[in-house]
Amino acid sequence: MITVVFLGKLADLAGAPTLRLSAPLDWAGLKAALPEALGEAVDDPRNRVAVNGALLADKAALQAGAGDEIALLPPVSGG
Amino acid sequence: MMRDIRLLDRMFIPGTLIGPFTQANPGLGGVCTFVGEVRFDAAEQGGVEALELTHYEPLTLPGMHELADRAFERFDLMGLLMVHRVGMMRPGEPIVCVSAAALHRRDAIDAVDFCMDHLKSAAWFWKREKRAGEWHWIEPRQQDHEDLARWQ
Repeated sequence: MITVVFLGKLADLAGAPTLRLSAPLDWAGLKAALPEALGEAVDDPRNRVAVNGALLADKAALQAGAGDEIALLPPVSGG
Repeated sequence: MMRDIRLLDRMFIPGTLIGPFTQANPGLGGVCTFVGEVRFDAAEQGGVEALELTHYEPLTLPGMHELADRAFERFDLMGLLMVHRVGMMRPGEPIVCVSAAALHRRDAIDAVDFCMDHLKSAAWFWKREKRAGEWHWIEPRQQDHEDLARWQ
């Protein structure tokens, strides 16, 4: 299984701070595994993606396997 | 070199950190401290009842350490204290405390300004505030990007 962590308002949309999904997952597979509204929200180009705490330069290059943790990071809040 | 970088999930009293930090930098020429608190905001603006800060453990504290590294590279510092709250806070509670010790004032003042601009707009924190019983996520602001651009 893969743990998907939702930060900020994505956690509200997901209804939970984390989800467990079947491995493996690429970016298209992740979006397809989420409810439609949530899949669209995570596709916002301002969102960043990290795998096991390392930020991806290009989220389309996402490749996650069993035991990995994917974090979906919306823009951080300002002051 | 005194370096104290922390995330706290409990209320803290900045004075209890600043005193020991200053003592730990003997021979300093100046110490500059900024403390940020949760704003009340006027009732006509909806009045803030609570602020909740979430973070992502694998990124947030390592990001604060990288910021501290850059501050030490950029300014001539003797010590740096950077403490940030996470979790649920009430108006009036301290949310952030940055203190820099240096031989000369300019390094201390600028290092605190630099760290605060980056903590506000580039650190991995997500904030939501409760107004009139409802939670609202706080979006990035243009002003934050302008504040960051000062250092580029």
